[in-house]
Amino acid sequence: MELETGLVTHAAGSARLRLATTDVLVGVKAEVGEPLPERPRAGRLQFSVDCSANASPEFEGRGGEALAGSIASCLTRAYASPSALDLRPLSIVPARQCWILYVDILILECGGNLYDAVSCAVKAALFNARVPELDVSSADSGRVDVELSDDPFKLLRLDVENAPCLVTLLLVDSECIVDPTQEEEACSKASLVTAVTAGGLVTAVTKAGRGSFHPTTVASALEVSSSDRVFLSVVWCRHCN
Amino acid sequence: MCAYMWAPPFSAVSTMELLSDQGLRVDGRRAHELRNVECRLGVFGRADGSAYLEQGNTRVLATVYGPHEARAAQRRHDVASINCQYRQAVFSGWERGRRAGGGGDRRAQELGALLQNTLESVVLVELYPRSQIDVYVQVLQADGGTYATCVNAATLALIDAGVALRDYVCACSASVLRDQPLVDLNSLETSGAPELTAALLPRSGRLPLLEMSQRFHVDKLGELLDVAETACRDVHTILNRAVRRHVSARSSEK
Repeated sequence: MELETGLVTHAAGSARLRLATTDVLVGVKAEVGEPLPERPRAGRLQFSVDCSANASPEFEGRGGEALAGSIASCLTRAYASPSALDLRPLSIVPARQCWILYVDILILECGGNLYDAVSCAVKAALFNARVPELDVSSADSGRVDVELSDDPFKLLRLDVENAPCLVTLLLVDSECIVDPTQEEEACSKASLVTAVTAGGLVTAVTKAGRGSFHPTTVASALEVSSSDRVFLSVVWCRHCN
Repeated sequence: MCAYMWAPPFSAVSTMELLSDQGLRVDGRRAHELRNVECRLGVFGRADGSAYLEQGNTRVLATVYGPHEARAAQRRHDVASINCQYRQAVFSGWERGRRAGGGGDRRAQELGALLQNTLESVVLVELYPRSQIDVYVQVLQADGGTYATCVNAATLALIDAGVALRDYVCACSASVLRDQPLVDLNSLETSGAPELTAALLPRSGRLPLLEMSQRFHVDKLGELLDVAETACRDVHTILNRAVRRHVSARSSEK
């Protein structure tokens, strides 16, 4: 696994992850907008995935939209839980303005285990993201003035300690395998994608593929994924420190 | 309402500051100097040919799939058909671009068609009848001279794929500022001044691509084309050296 951060200078944060033959580039851009009505004191996170035609000629034009949509929705569900990523520091003026982080994922090469690679790269990019701090002052008439602080080094960083990582478990016969290659994925009928935080909390579960799972397999798979996630987070900490 | 710390203050940069009295540009280059070029061939194992090219802060990735059997609609009985797609990553510019929706962006389609015309003049299509060559260009970061970098990256990717070419296609952007011709523009210079993108076939000296925007004085055009041609030849030297280095590295591995 090769991880590089801070490649795209125009973005607030970026990361590139290479996992064998899977290559993913993530850019995070911050813009000011309105918060969600149900969460007025928190910022927003928006995911979009682009499957580049470089990865496969099938992704030319609109070819990769189905895969892109499923990865984006999986990530949205994984990060929807408040325990996943604390977005409250991104709020500027409660219920009026907040930072919206647009996480744009570009899939450059598709070599199996796409969900895991994408989630690790997203976590790294969010870790790398630097958002400018704003000074909020309320004027007399109830108007709120927001100013960019003069210090260019006063930047907001997100705590991604508990950001979830996706773990794919491929069902082959009755065994579950982790980190499948493209050949292994072609041999299997179904896979289970779980979003697990460092603390072992499962924030989202998706089943992909044509086959079906027995409930006991699901339970044991969830156990495997939480222990696997712990291993991934250890690797992650070593990369970043 | 609030600007990014790291975005350049466009309003503050005027024509005077883009070129100083000593003849230095914003990034410290002289008028005829190119930006730093880094290139790597064969970056993707799955594609038949691939290349990664950086010109300053503009980063482009090009991949070539083919020649392979053509789709029925594109099949031509006597020559190969070249299919080009140009895509810009959503996070590539200073402002976040529109979400990359299935090639619906008109500018991207226009640039794809332009790239196809440019490459058709140089690929020996008669050697690959009834087949198709796919060239996909992905812009990872755009900092001026993007289209020229794409053409250069596509050339390198075609060479890496082993597609027969008549010649290199070397492209460069140019402009005129206060009567001084500049080459290889970055995004600050592009926003202020008219831009000319030209590609050159070094052996024959012909131009397969010429695109110009905004207003130029017609008297300046001849001088500007000469300056652009010299810059394209410099680009050719760099690309040629990179290709030879890559090929000798590959042959020494075996």
